[in-house]
Parts: sequence; structure tokens; C-alpha cells
Amino acid sequence: MRNLVAFPILLLAVIVQSAVISRIPLLSGFADLPLVLVTAWALQPRVTTAWHWALLAGALTAFMSGLPVGVPIAGFLLAAGLAQAFRRRVWQAPLLAMLIVIFLASMLYYSLSFLVLSLFGASLSLSTSFSQIVLPGVLLNLFLAVTVFWFVRDLALWVYPTEEEV
Amino acid sequence: MREVLSHSLPTTIVFLLIAGVLMLAFGGYLGVVSDWASGAMVRAQTWLATRYTAVQDFLAAPRDVAALRQRNAELEAEVAALRAQLIELSERASQVEVLASLVNYSRARPESRYIAADVIGRDPSPFLHYVIINRGSNDGLRRGMPVITDQGLVGRIDAVIADAARVQLITDPRSAINVQLQRSDIQAMLVGSETGTLTLEMIPQDAPVEIGELILTSGLGGNYPANLVVGHVINIRKREADLFQQASVQAAVDFSRLSIVLVITNFRPVEIAPLIPTRTP
Repeated sequence: MRNLVAFPILLLAVIVQSAVISRIPLLSGFADLPLVLVTAWALQPRVTTAWHWALLAGALTAFMSGLPVGVPIAGFLLAAGLAQAFRRRVWQAPLLAMLIVIFLASMLYYSLSFLVLSLFGASLSLSTSFSQIVLPGVLLNLFLAVTVFWFVRDLALWVYPTEEEV
Repeated sequence: MREVLSHSLPTTIVFLLIAGVLMLAFGGYLGVVSDWASGAMVRAQTWLATRYTAVQDFLAAPRDVAALRQRNAELEAEVAALRAQLIELSERASQVEVLASLVNYSRARPESRYIAADVIGRDPSPFLHYVIINRGSNDGLRRGMPVITDQGLVGRIDAVIADAARVQLITDPRSAINVQLQRSDIQAMLVGSETGTLTLEMIPQDAPVEIGELILTSGLGGNYPANLVVGHVINIRKREADLFQQASVQAAVDFSRLSIVLVITNFRPVEIAPLIPTRTP
């Protein structure tokens, strides 16, 4: 039942993203709280609902955003998959793994957004998008990742208590 | 009688002596003596008063500090409350100011019907320029309705749910609007970009475009009503090798401070897709 906490947390994250974080740009980019949350959750050991979180966060973001519906869903699923792949390999340095995965997941998500929007006829310049949106966005995501990581780690301990706690 | 005199005589003599000395002193005949006496008295009084004040401060100080601290805390709380009130009032004042200008705008254009809405969010994707407003289909909003402020065109409604709507701003990279330059009456196309800058495209090479020229919607294509202010030209790029000129445009609306907008509800966009010829086998 504790897994249902995903609904209020991700809903709140998407609302905060739209109402607050989107209004705090660095150049033209800004942080992506739902993406960072999903990635941090997928990196936690014992977590078995990473794909559910990714799907839910993607669907909520797609509902609010003007992006084609598949982009946030596919982007978040890719981020969760990437995080799970890293979890098995870099399990001894979780914060380092988090930063690496956030960097890669952000690049992946922004690249997917750029590609699909370009295919749908948006007038996007690769160099401008990279320097004004992608790089500042990745940097802000990395800053956000440090805070979110501790929150998600505590949340994962609450949702999946260790055997001693049980 | 003799007894009474024997008692009062010494008293009378003492009184007369004192009165005499005082009169001599007031008359200035005892200046040195009175100066010495009064100086000694003042010094003694000063010494005593200083010691007394020090002792009084020592005894009373702890109580005063506690009282002062309490009073200080009360005043600080009051200042914080007043500051919060001030912020709230200035926020309300700015909202009233915006609403007043929107009301003036709508009164000046009675041919259109308007619904005011608050901007409650922005698109979660940094590539897109959309805002979310707190009015939806329950308020009569439909897809394609133009959105404005008293300064000019904001965009148009892209998606609607019951109590909210998503507005595509004119700065969005997928936005393209048919416009005309007010002075030269030239038709062109205004497109947005990922960074929110606006560019005027498809301006004929021989068209005399001037910096500062006002740009209005042309109404062509049926997506927007005609003659809505969009912005003004700030820079012109003209190269001989190109087919068309380009111009940078400063939007009339400050999109970073967008808080309240007006939706024109009696405008329906024209669906021209069926009129576009399709390739037949």
C-alpha cells in the first residue's frame, strides 16, 4: 500500500514543476523535477516500482505539457531503465551514480524532445537549443539531484523497510 | 510672659541670624563661602547620585532586559506581520492595476467578448512556450480562441479541460502568425523560437521596413482576429542572396511577467484544412 505514495508525490512534483520551477530559468533552460525524482527512485536498491513511477510521471507531464504524448512517457521510461542499469553496476557510490545517471538521462530526454519537436515542424536550432536549453537544464538537474537524492532515499526506506526495521 | 519670652528669644535670635546670613549670601557678600559650600554640596550630591544610579541599574537591569527582549520580540513579530500585509497589499494593488487596464482595453473594444483568467503555470518542457490558465470549457473556452492582454497578443488556446486551458504563446517555436506592418502595410509571417525570440519572415526584399514599425495581426488564415498588436521591429537583416528579408521583433507583451490574460470568446478560428488541395492518385 505504501507504494501508492507515488501518486501524491508525482502529482505534487508536476504541479511544482509547472507553477514554480518552470518560472526559474537559467538562460532558457530549467530543472526537471519529475525526471530527477523518477531517476532517483529507480536508483534506489530494493525499489521494484521504478517503471510504474516513470509511466505515471510521464503521463502526468504529457497531460500538462504541449509535447507530443509519447515524448515524456518514453523519456521517463528511458531514464528509469538507465538508472536501473546503473544501479546494478555502480551500487557502492549511490550519489555518484545518481549524478551520472541524471546527466545521461537529462541529455537523453532533451535530445528526444528536440528530435520529435523538430520532426513535428518546430523551428529549433541545434546549437541554440544545446547552449541555451540543454546545458543549463542539465546543470540545474544536477543541482536538484543532490537534494532529491536524500529525500528519495528516505522515502525508499519508508516504502521498503529493511528486515531489521520490520 | 517672662517664661514665654525666655523660650522664644533664643529661637528668634537663631532665625534672625540665619535670615541675616541668607540675606548676605543673596546680596553677594558671602560669594566665596557660598561657592565653596554649594560646590561641595553639588560634588557630594553628584557622587551619591552616581552611586545610587549604578546600584539601581544593577538591581533593575535584569528585569528591564527581559522586558525589552519580550517587547523586541513583540515588535519584530508585528513588523513581520506588517511586512507580509504590505506584500499582500502590493500584490493586490498590482493585480487591480492589471485588471483595470484590461477592463479599459475591453471597454475600448466592445465588439469582442472577453473572459479574464489567471496564469497558473508554464509548460514543464523548456523547449516549448505555453502557459496554463485557470479557465476552461466550463467557462465557455474553446480551442483556438485568441488570448491577449492590454499590451497585445499573447497567443491562442491549444487545449482545454473543464477548469483549465493551455495557451500556446506567440513565442513558441511551433507558432506562426500572419501579420502586417502597420506603416508599410506589408504582409509577413511571425515565428517564435525555443529561446522565446520572435522573427519576422517572408518579408519581400524590396519592402521598405523600418525599425520601430508596429506589427499587427493580419487576420489571414483565420487563426487570429485582425489588428491585434503583436510588437515592433527592432532589427532588420537584409542580404542580397536571400529571397526574403528577416526582422527581429520585440513582443508588445512581457511574457516573463504574465499574470492575468483576456480570452476573446466570440472569435472562432476558421478551419481551412478542407480547402487545402490534396494530391490525388
